[in-house]
Amino acid sequence: MNNPILTVKHLSVTFNHRQTVVDGINFEIHAGETFALVGESGSGKSITALSVLRLLPNNARLNADAMTLLGDDLLKHSEFELCKIRGRRIGFIFQDPMSSLNPVMTIGSQIEEVIKLHFDLPRDAVKQRALELLQQVELPEAQQRIKDYPHQLSGGQRQRVMIAIALAGKPDLLIADEPTTSLDVTIQAQILALLKNIQQQTGMALWLISHDLALVSSIADRVAVMQQGKIVESGLTAEFFNRPKHPYTRKLLNALPSMSSCLTHSAAEKPPLLQVSDFYCYYPIRKGIFKRVVGHVRAVDGVSFDIQQGKTLALVGESGCGKTTLGKSLLNLIPGSGRVVINGVELNALSGEALRQQRANIQIVFQDPFSSMNPRMLVGDIIAEGIRALHPKVSSDERKARVRQLLQQVDLPEDSALRYPHEFSGGQRQRICIARALAVDPKLIVCDEPTSALDVSVQAQIIQLLKTLQQEKGVSYLFITHDLAVVAEIADDVAVMYQGKIVEQGSVAEVLTQPKQAYTKKLLAAVPVLKRDH
Amino acid sequence: MVVLWTDALIYLLIVVMLALGIYLRGKEHIQRPLQQIGRSKIGMVSLVVLLFFVLIGLLDSVHYVPADDKKNEIISLLDAFATPLREHGEKTYSAPFAITLYSKEMMTLADGTMQWAYPRLEFGGRHLDNPETQRIPDILQKAFYGLAQGASLIGFFMLLMWGLLAEQHKRFMRGSTAKTVWAVAFVIVSISYAAIYLSAYYHIFGTDKVGEDVFYQAVKSIRTGLVIGTLTTLIMLPMAIIFGILAGFFRGWIDDVIQYIYTTLNSIPGVLLIAASILMVQVYMANHEAAFTSVIVRADTRLLFLCMILGVTSWTGLCRLLRAETLKLREMEYVQAASALGVKQGTILLRHILPNVMHIVLISVVLDFSSLVLAEAVLSYINIGVDPTSYSWGNMINGARLEMAREPIVWWSLTAAFVFMFALVLAANLFADVVQNAFDPRRSGNE
Repeated sequence: MNNPILTVKHLSVTFNHRQTVVDGINFEIHAGETFALVGESGSGKSITALSVLRLLPNNARLNADAMTLLGDDLLKHSEFELCKIRGRRIGFIFQDPMSSLNPVMTIGSQIEEVIKLHFDLPRDAVKQRALELLQQVELPEAQQRIKDYPHQLSGGQRQRVMIAIALAGKPDLLIADEPTTSLDVTIQAQILALLKNIQQQTGMALWLISHDLALVSSIADRVAVMQQGKIVESGLTAEFFNRPKHPYTRKLLNALPSMSSCLTHSAAEKPPLLQVSDFYCYYPIRKGIFKRVVGHVRAVDGVSFDIQQGKTLALVGESGCGKTTLGKSLLNLIPGSGRVVINGVELNALSGEALRQQRANIQIVFQDPFSSMNPRMLVGDIIAEGIRALHPKVSSDERKARVRQLLQQVDLPEDSALRYPHEFSGGQRQRICIARALAVDPKLIVCDEPTSALDVSVQAQIIQLLKTLQQEKGVSYLFITHDLAVVAEIADDVAVMYQGKIVEQGSVAEVLTQPKQAYTKKLLAAVPVLKRDH
Repeated sequence: MVVLWTDALIYLLIVVMLALGIYLRGKEHIQRPLQQIGRSKIGMVSLVVLLFFVLIGLLDSVHYVPADDKKNEIISLLDAFATPLREHGEKTYSAPFAITLYSKEMMTLADGTMQWAYPRLEFGGRHLDNPETQRIPDILQKAFYGLAQGASLIGFFMLLMWGLLAEQHKRFMRGSTAKTVWAVAFVIVSISYAAIYLSAYYHIFGTDKVGEDVFYQAVKSIRTGLVIGTLTTLIMLPMAIIFGILAGFFRGWIDDVIQYIYTTLNSIPGVLLIAASILMVQVYMANHEAAFTSVIVRADTRLLFLCMILGVTSWTGLCRLLRAETLKLREMEYVQAASALGVKQGTILLRHILPNVMHIVLISVVLDFSSLVLAEAVLSYINIGVDPTSYSWGNMINGARLEMAREPIVWWSLTAAFVFMFALVLAANLFADVVQNAFDPRRSGNE
């Protein structure tokens, strides 16, 4: 093997002298290769990257036997010298392109700033170089867009600008910390292809940090898995995915939802529970002092679908296609128009008290397990809230018994009722949210991306829980997601949404294996698939 | 017994707080933060200091007409306790622990000759025959006596408590926080006893321009400070909370109306409104002289109106903050989940929005409390604050304006006002910090 670019020996990071986040890890990154560090949230992968650049928070202590960049010991450098290495020899791409760019500077000037910092070039040359970089990251119409502000660009375009900034110093090593996590699946594929492409052009090393094993399998040369601050397994990609040795790695790989599971669903027809026809949801655009309506944003533009009793319909689409709006307006959280019939009751004909009484029929589980519970209420009160509102006659003892029973159903300990939401992990919180929704015995639960904020293994548990509850209680789900692999795992039927309209609808096997529409095909093609030779 | 208007409101406040305490006694989620406050040393120490101030304020809020009334005056329990001190007026300025006036005067000596010298005080150090040599030893001795008496008093009280306590409470009392609290109570009681003991013989904070004891003034000002701080907040809070939350939650025309009101109110200079209302009160009192016979009743009415108008002018800032926070909160998923569960809007406001804006309310109440005590000083400056005859730190500071320009400088009025104000505002701030930490579930248990 050729000389490693980055060598890290026995790196440890401790917070507040107590909590060891990174625990004596060793790795090397070689020129021109893509090294992927994989792990679930809290495993210490981002901290590892930050400690190489020495960008740790103040309460952290770093210990390492050696940390060398091309034979140059990083530990010996002062903070001042390290500033010249950051951005120049090591580039860094952050996860969130929305908050990593300065909103009041044009993207051109942000790139130029970095170039000026590291190279002593005349002004024209700096401008020229900035333009070249934007062309290199394939930003369309780079010549005109260079004067744009970040808010004028889409998420994918912003991430391209971030890459351009990271490349501005012509680094030997590019660290990409979850570069595509907040992007849509089609954009994600484009960004990864771009990174790979640039790596081939420049021959730099790419250090990819990710939680997504499927994504890593398609791009990385070498993979290391981190668990609780330790690297438990590392190896070449092909070997790693075909013959995982460590039990944790195997667990991770098994937890991955797989597209092939869609063929196992039963196809028995059942009577429809929810019928939605010609549903619209427009946001008015108002202008002027009298707030005249000058137009509409068509978030949901005439959709119709049915959900059968005890079945799951998955609503798939990219961000901004209106799927969340549709879900919320079914619950009347956002005003919409059209016919919604659940269990024979026409919901949109109701209002006020009559509507409130029908609330029990549809419930919702949100995406973010952190903002979906009142932080100042006890878990028991959170779960009991629906019972209290819709069945005020139930005595407080009965209510407590019901809460205990619900906690049991979602596999949480009974004493959870007297604790606050922040004492629970993401997965546990999502269980509480499911218990809250179940408390009023709904016929249908709208699950708005319930697993996308969770780690792979937790995600698998939540999906399993949802399936079990469906079997026990015969509840139906409207499962809103962007993740097609999860769809295959849980759904019976699929509806693909694009720009407010449903473009394709059918059973899960049909849609995922024989897509008819071009958009569905594109969506499916972009999904990273675990590469394994069977 | 005479009940002044502010007295009545203070009694009402105490009754409401007691009722609230009894109502919340059995609630699990309130108990835990309270226990945490109980464990926090800073919290308990500042609470002891606050309670000490409140106790003085309460003593000063029980007014009555003394039996041997000659001057048609109403006095409070505190005045009754401080009667010798209250009446020990000198001629003019004298420094702390001084035995002579601060300025020289022409005096007629025993043999009939005139001399330009510092005259002896009428009350301060009168018991000394030979002041030059006796003064310092006497002060030290009296301070020691006072401390010893105070210490034995509180020590006796503590022993009595200890004897009466059950075994399980004794274990609690051996905890480190309880020990700190006892130590602080011990120190406060001993020192204040020594101060009271000394003030019978000396003016421990000196005297002011008309020869009144500054220590007495500073202690009397505690009530004014507390009244302005609490009553004003009490008037301001309901308006700010109700309007802010309604505007943020319902949006639409309700929001428009409320915003219109507070923008209008905000664009009128507050001083103008305060001046106008104080003048109105004065005119009213002049026209209805029969109802306001005593000086203290007049001063009290003016204080009450000052509190009201300060409350009316100061709710807009908090209201704005609460509206913005509610706008944010109403989009939170737990609020949406609640409405999906069929929870009524009023209940959502009470259970989901209100508890989550309380931290803002608490912080701004404490900040306002401090700034109101200070605002009172500023308003006294332009003569629209509390009545010039009533005691307040603002009036003391206002008077100190001229005293600071004197040569030699008169520093004790300002210092006394500063020390008392500082102790009160600091204790309130520290206590509010602890309360806020304890009631924030995300932060509790970290310490």
